[in-house]
Amino acid sequence: MTAAAGVGLTVNGDPLTLVAGPGATLLDLLRGAAQLTGSKRGCNSGVCGACTVLVDGRAARACLMLAADCAGRDVVTVEGLDGDPNAAVLGEEMAKSGAVQCGYCTPGIVVALTDLFRSAVEPPDAEAVRHWLGGNICRCTGYVSIVEAAVRAGGRCVGSEPGLPAQ
Amino acid sequence: MNDLPEAIGKRLPRRDAADKLAGAARYTDDLARPGMLHAAILGSPWPSARILGIDTAAARALPGVKAVLTGADLPERRWGLFVYDETALAAGVVRYVGEPVAAVAAADLATARAAAALIEVDYEELTPVLSIEEALRDGAVPVHPHFDSYEKRPDLGFERVNEIARQEFSEGDVEAAWADCDVVVDGVYEVPSQSHVYLEPVSAIAEFDRAGKLTVRSANQSVNKVQATLSRALDLPMSKIRATTPAVGGAFGGKSGVTVQPLVAHLARATGRPVRLTLTREEDFMMMRRRHPAIVRVKTGAKADGTLVARDLEIVYDGGAYAEDSPAVLGFGLLMARGPYAIPHCRLRGSAVYTNRLRAAGFRGYGNPQVTFATEAQIDELADKLGLDPVDFRLKNAVTTGGRWIGGQTITSCGLAECLTRARDAAGWTGKRPGSGAGTGAGANGRLRGVGVSAFAHICGLLGTSATVRLLEDGTVALAHSAVDLGQGAEAALAQICAGALDIDIDRIDSTSADSGAAPYNWSTGGSRVTYMVGRAVVKAADSVREQIVRHAAETFECAPGDIEIRPGGRAGIVGVPEKELSFGDISLRAHYQAGGPIIGSGGLVYDGEAFDYKEALIRNYPFARIGTYIFGAHVVEVEVDTVTGKVEILRAWAAHDVGRAINPTAVEGQIQGGFVQGAGYALVEELLWEDGQPINPSMMDYKVYGAPDLPLEIHPIVVEDPEPSGPFGAKGIGEPPLVGAAPAIANAVANATGLRLRTIPMTPERVLDALAAAAEE
Repeated sequence: MTAAAGVGLTVNGDPLTLVAGPGATLLDLLRGAAQLTGSKRGCNSGVCGACTVLVDGRAARACLMLAADCAGRDVVTVEGLDGDPNAAVLGEEMAKSGAVQCGYCTPGIVVALTDLFRSAVEPPDAEAVRHWLGGNICRCTGYVSIVEAAVRAGGRCVGSEPGLPAQ
Repeated sequence: MNDLPEAIGKRLPRRDAADKLAGAARYTDDLARPGMLHAAILGSPWPSARILGIDTAAARALPGVKAVLTGADLPERRWGLFVYDETALAAGVVRYVGEPVAAVAAADLATARAAAALIEVDYEELTPVLSIEEALRDGAVPVHPHFDSYEKRPDLGFERVNEIARQEFSEGDVEAAWADCDVVVDGVYEVPSQSHVYLEPVSAIAEFDRAGKLTVRSANQSVNKVQATLSRALDLPMSKIRATTPAVGGAFGGKSGVTVQPLVAHLARATGRPVRLTLTREEDFMMMRRRHPAIVRVKTGAKADGTLVARDLEIVYDGGAYAEDSPAVLGFGLLMARGPYAIPHCRLRGSAVYTNRLRAAGFRGYGNPQVTFATEAQIDELADKLGLDPVDFRLKNAVTTGGRWIGGQTITSCGLAECLTRARDAAGWTGKRPGSGAGTGAGANGRLRGVGVSAFAHICGLLGTSATVRLLEDGTVALAHSAVDLGQGAEAALAQICAGALDIDIDRIDSTSADSGAAPYNWSTGGSRVTYMVGRAVVKAADSVREQIVRHAAETFECAPGDIEIRPGGRAGIVGVPEKELSFGDISLRAHYQAGGPIIGSGGLVYDGEAFDYKEALIRNYPFARIGTYIFGAHVVEVEVDTVTGKVEILRAWAAHDVGRAINPTAVEGQIQGGFVQGAGYALVEELLWEDGQPINPSMMDYKVYGAPDLPLEIHPIVVEDPEPSGPFGAKGIGEPPLVGAAPAIANAVANATGLRLRTIPMTPERVLDALAAAAEE
């Protein structure tokens, strides 16, 4: 095919130079050269949200970003949230409430909610969580358990020492 | 069953949650094999055409291409569940837009896709059959001109061109019974094609070793079906095929048949290399499966006091281009068509037909959502005419434990009345239902509010399964079965059942599942059957282990086996002598190193409930004599209809389900909420559409799946436990029923809000506005 090019970027804290074909997306790069398969390809058209990652600290769809446009950027995938206190609290609440079924949407939802918790000034209520998750499709749960888990986790994470119960 | 073991009924978090949350769970497309090639498919652009020639020269010439296959390169071998009509690639003709015509394996995916695009196919377009009406009209073009020559199961009952199967369940004398009815309602209902939209597109990796053994890792619902179908498709003995299942990103029936595995295996055979094929979302929409659309004509009659007397129902399912599950979907729909009511006179008939559209197959509910939408809407229409409360009307006619289903089987456990009353009471039904008719529900800004109810049944059971339980040297346990965890929590539920049967902590149990080389047979993960059927096999296997443990303990203590008890926490001891006991570890070491040999228990069964009574009922061409035990549910839904936009909003829902025994209540509630929401999509927004045989919305951009902002948080699961005597700890299935009841309850709520009866779903804003406009003109 047409010549591939190296893209220099930071992924989960590591500076990497990854080879990307001309039409390659950030998702192709992550799942391929970087071997980070936690970001899922559900629709490849920016609808399902299963590939949600943080780019320069904000949630973004990896399937919609050209790899070439990610040069110099700081990318965090679900694997990069290992050890993140907000993600840990969220994971605990999601597991407890049955918010993880097939799990294919789960990484995108964890990344999106971690972004919400980081940017929120006060713990998000159910309405805020529902709307924040508008870009993440889950076909298994009906969302109720996800929203409930997120509200509980947000209460523990936002505006207080992460990981400790609120109040 | 008052003293349940510790593990049963516990809200344990599923054990794969941590990996899934961390992005560490491995789905098929996450896996790579050394030297692996990547595959791409070229699909048909026509709904019906003859393939005159295929030029693959340009594709083959592309550097990196290792194999290009067309139908002509594959052996003439067909397969299927009831009719052997399927091939891995189109053989001479194409029968739907998207049907795989050629496949490429190449060093990388971009090359494979570029090569597929270089394949030139010369087609002669044929007249397509694009609807049920076109399939059945006089002089219809046959979708499969050589249908007669296909191998097939006997007694499918097809009579006309394009009929795949024709079946009937009848009892009593319907024609004579109309005279006994004070009120009769007749209607035609139409239900759409719903796409599964599991979030993980279909994927498979195939490789041969040098001894000729094939290993296939794939997203599927039955490694045993994959193994058997590959055996036929590739002419290999099953002993030369290993089928395994990585994590599966949802299935809902869409992965229950064999999908791309034969094609990928052919590519692996042709190249001598491992090959991976993952469909794009658009390919998955166009090449995989969908729910059968159907046209249902129903007539139901009752006496003035609300006693149901007679029902005549005829349904036609659009099976699409290949038969797959259609005969069984048809039969199951008919078996559910009387509804959960004791209607003495019933004639329930139908057929499934071929069309030149995507094949239809099993999808959560399996023929039941189509039928139940029609019949439960009609029950409300009857209640209206009779001036009866819809819940009371249903309760008056509801089947009960000890009653009989159509076909004569005894209902062995039935929590239907409790489901109806608990959903009604939780919803505050009486206060919310001021009466039926337009504008009765008060809402602000042109919004009308209403509540609706549905009652329904399903089955769990079906065919065969098995499990093994081994005691490891340290007394912990290795459980093996072939239920696939599709996200529903099968792994955890079965481990909980095993923990319950051995009265040990679930942490002491390791599971191996869905690997044809390492775990025992299971027909399929579908039909709401895993907890009930595989659970029974697990209990049998665990009981055998218990017996062996007791024997070892008796031999050690030199007492009678009857004096030994199994104690909670993995110990066996002499009854009444607390200090005389051995741990499972002690016993397992004895078995491994001293006497008897390692302790292994196995359990297997084929569904063994009561058979149909062919003397009492006319049952034509139904392929099974018994299929399962009956399960029940009832939904109440509150909606608001916006008369300006036509949009129906679900405000709240109460979904009551009799699960016999909730092995893990959190998992049961997850099935109820998720199933209800898929059913709400079926009722209101989801429909695969075609124009001139071309799919026009095969993407997640254009095919709407509900997101969190579209739905209420008040979807209340109500778990009813009427224990099933044959079930593991009384448990029955729950996978499918939550979808079945949603659409009719929503339609009945819309009718209550607006006075309008919409007999076609999805009830899109356009349809609602059209109905409002038509009503205004009258």
